[in-house]
Amino acid sequence: MGILDMPPGKIPQGEILFRGQDMLKMSNEERRKIRGRKIAMIFQDALSSLNPVLSVGYQLGEMFRVHEGMGRKEAKAKAIELMERVKIPAAKERVNDYPHQFSGGMRQRIMIAMALALEPDLIIADEPTTALDVTVQAQVMDLLAELQREYNMGLILITHDLGVVADVADKIAVMYAGRIVETAPVHELYKRPAHPYTRGLLESIPRLDQKGHELYAIKGLPPNLLKIPSGCAFNPRCPKAQDICRTEVPPLVPVTEQDGAELTGRGSACHFWKETIHG
Amino acid sequence: MAEEPKKDAADVTDATPSVSEVETVDAATPEEAVAAIEAPVERGEPILQVRNLVKHFPLTQGILVKRQIGAVKAVDGISFDLYQGETLGIVGESGCGKSTVAKLLMTLERATAGEVFYKGQDITKLSGRALKAVRRNIQMVFQDPYTSLNPRMTVGDIIGEPFEIHPEVAPKGSRRQKVQDLLDVVGLNPEYINRYPHQFSGGQRQRIGIARGLALNPEIIICDEPVSALDVSVQAQVINLMEKLQDEFNLSYLFIAHDLSIVRHISDRVGVMYLGKMAEIGSDEQIYDHPTHPYTQALLSAVPVPDPEAREGRERIILTGDVPSPANPPSGCRFRTRCWKAQDKCAEEIPLLAIPERFAGQDTPAAHESACHFAEEKDVVHAA
Ligand SMILES: Nc1ncnc2c1ncn2[C@@H]1O[C@H](COP(=O)(O)OP(=O)(O)OP(=O)(O)O)[C@@H](O)[C@H]1O
Ligand code: SF4
Ligand code: SF4
Ligand SMILES: [Mg+2]
Repeated sequence: MGILDMPPGKIPQGEILFRGQDMLKMSNEERRKIRGRKIAMIFQDALSSLNPVLSVGYQLGEMFRVHEGMGRKEAKAKAIELMERVKIPAAKERVNDYPHQFSGGMRQRIMIAMALALEPDLIIADEPTTALDVTVQAQVMDLLAELQREYNMGLILITHDLGVVADVADKIAVMYAGRIVETAPVHELYKRPAHPYTRGLLESIPRLDQKGHELYAIKGLPPNLLKIPSGCAFNPRCPKAQDICRTEVPPLVPVTEQDGAELTGRGSACHFWKETIHG
Repeated sequence: MAEEPKKDAADVTDATPSVSEVETVDAATPEEAVAAIEAPVERGEPILQVRNLVKHFPLTQGILVKRQIGAVKAVDGISFDLYQGETLGIVGESGCGKSTVAKLLMTLERATAGEVFYKGQDITKLSGRALKAVRRNIQMVFQDPYTSLNPRMTVGDIIGEPFEIHPEVAPKGSRRQKVQDLLDVVGLNPEYINRYPHQFSGGQRQRIGIARGLALNPEIIICDEPVSALDVSVQAQVINLMEKLQDEFNLSYLFIAHDLSIVRHISDRVGVMYLGKMAEIGSDEQIYDHPTHPYTQALLSAVPVPDPEAREGRERIILTGDVPSPANPPSGCRFRTRCWKAQDKCAEEIPLLAIPERFAGQDTPAAHESACHFAEEKDVVHAA
């Protein structure tokens, strides 16, 4: 998003291609145009992302005033329309209310409305429902999925909840210590993980539909990003680790069937991915 | 102690028919009271019996002259039993009163009405030595391993702190050894005794919290969201430890959490709370595989499961409407503003927590306590 691209956050190398253009090579001005208009973001904590002293309608309308040069009245009408789109009851009456007057689920829906305002091509949602209760979370995720289909947008969903991803995603990338360690279509990942970290995570979660036995526990601690282990970052916690894992960083390589047949969209950054998926 | 509202009882205070009978203990002297508290309870017998427990927080207005303008009905007439050696899970969404129940059982808050019997004595009425003995036997593990430990105390001081109040458990000379034993029990290196909380990870800090909870050899541990703040990869370690300790020390757990899968894993029985009331309670199989209360069904159906195939065959109930305020709960059934089955009766009559009449006397897992006028079974967890 280019929000991190200033001290103290720094991107030392790489490219971010949006519709074929490298966003890291753009001027701030160009990037700002894309941000908000073409790519929008939803954060975890709606209360701290909304300005507490401005009404919700004003903040929604601001999108149209700033980006589309609309007048006050027109922008407010648009704000009400958006609030209705995200199913805020009595939108007309509530448009002048302040963020704290809304429930957590409603605030998150207002954040979604804000992200949708300019009909972006892509929405990046960072833990959008983590702070919400399950029944409210289901409402919000349902709405997000519905709007995504309707507006035909891409959605990048960032979350620690393997249940939420299973629900809405088509493809998954699993990250560990700042790297992607596995990629796969959603069904494939849960059925046949090709990385020991993914497998450990899936096995450590208790099940809702049956009473399990003792949980599998991944040993050790989550990685300290200031002291990432050499070689594969997961090696101190990995039950499959060998000497090579402590010296060589495993690259993200394509994962195939045993007979070499291609598995579309699958990749693993493990020296022993074959043993992990086929073993 | 904070100013208490007038004793305004809950909407329903008649005894719930299907909880066990309380055998009260009438202790004439403090010695007798303490003796009763120290007496052992057989496995599977009720150790804690909660009856019509109510906690209303007053809502006041005015600066100089405070006027009570209402009350947050955080806990509004709930009854349940905790059996010796079992884990009773309590689930429910934010603000439904789970932590308030925990604080009432810990006697950290004073009940507005109702009783909590610990081995037959109502702890809401105890004082002095008897209360102290109860407090020793009911300990708590908190959610947040980052803020619940004093950053300026060493781990040894934190774990040993309860001995200051209850010196009889560990005489001065033996304390260091006792703390080191506790560190060992929860899987931490006993040599860490002089370290400070910030030198530990979240999971390790939660182990420290557990060690402190164990220090006084309690009989009951109340766990309020003990793993919610931990990284997913570390939760299983702490859950496994808690299960091991339960066996080792013959503990009874009240396990409060909003993660329904974790609660199923660790609990023998589960109670589902909604807006200050118990909606449904039963064995883990009864609640998860045969829920009869619409709120439980909606709650379970909304849980995202990490298995795309299981998800596709499951029915999903999406509730409309927002959670009402506990200061102004709906009349009749509190769930009726979001319930898809609500009828006129639901607004008029409060449904009691009891085995629904239609299932009474039947040998079916649906025959468990549920507070709904129109209770019926619905499997929302397994794929059709
Ligand atoms: N000291 C207090 N004064 C006034 N209201 C309170 C107080 N403590 C709790 N409440 C209110 O009582 C209700 C129940 O709170 P409680 O903390 O028991 O909920 P909970 O079920 O533990 O929620 P969570 O899952 O968010 O921890 C809430 O509406 C809360 O705002
Ligand atoms: S590369 Fe080695 S340490 Fe890393 S995940 Fe694979 S087996 Fe484990
Ligand atoms: S009593 Fe009525 S409103 Fe309440 S849960 Fe049952 S059907 Fe729904
Ligand atoms: Mg709580």
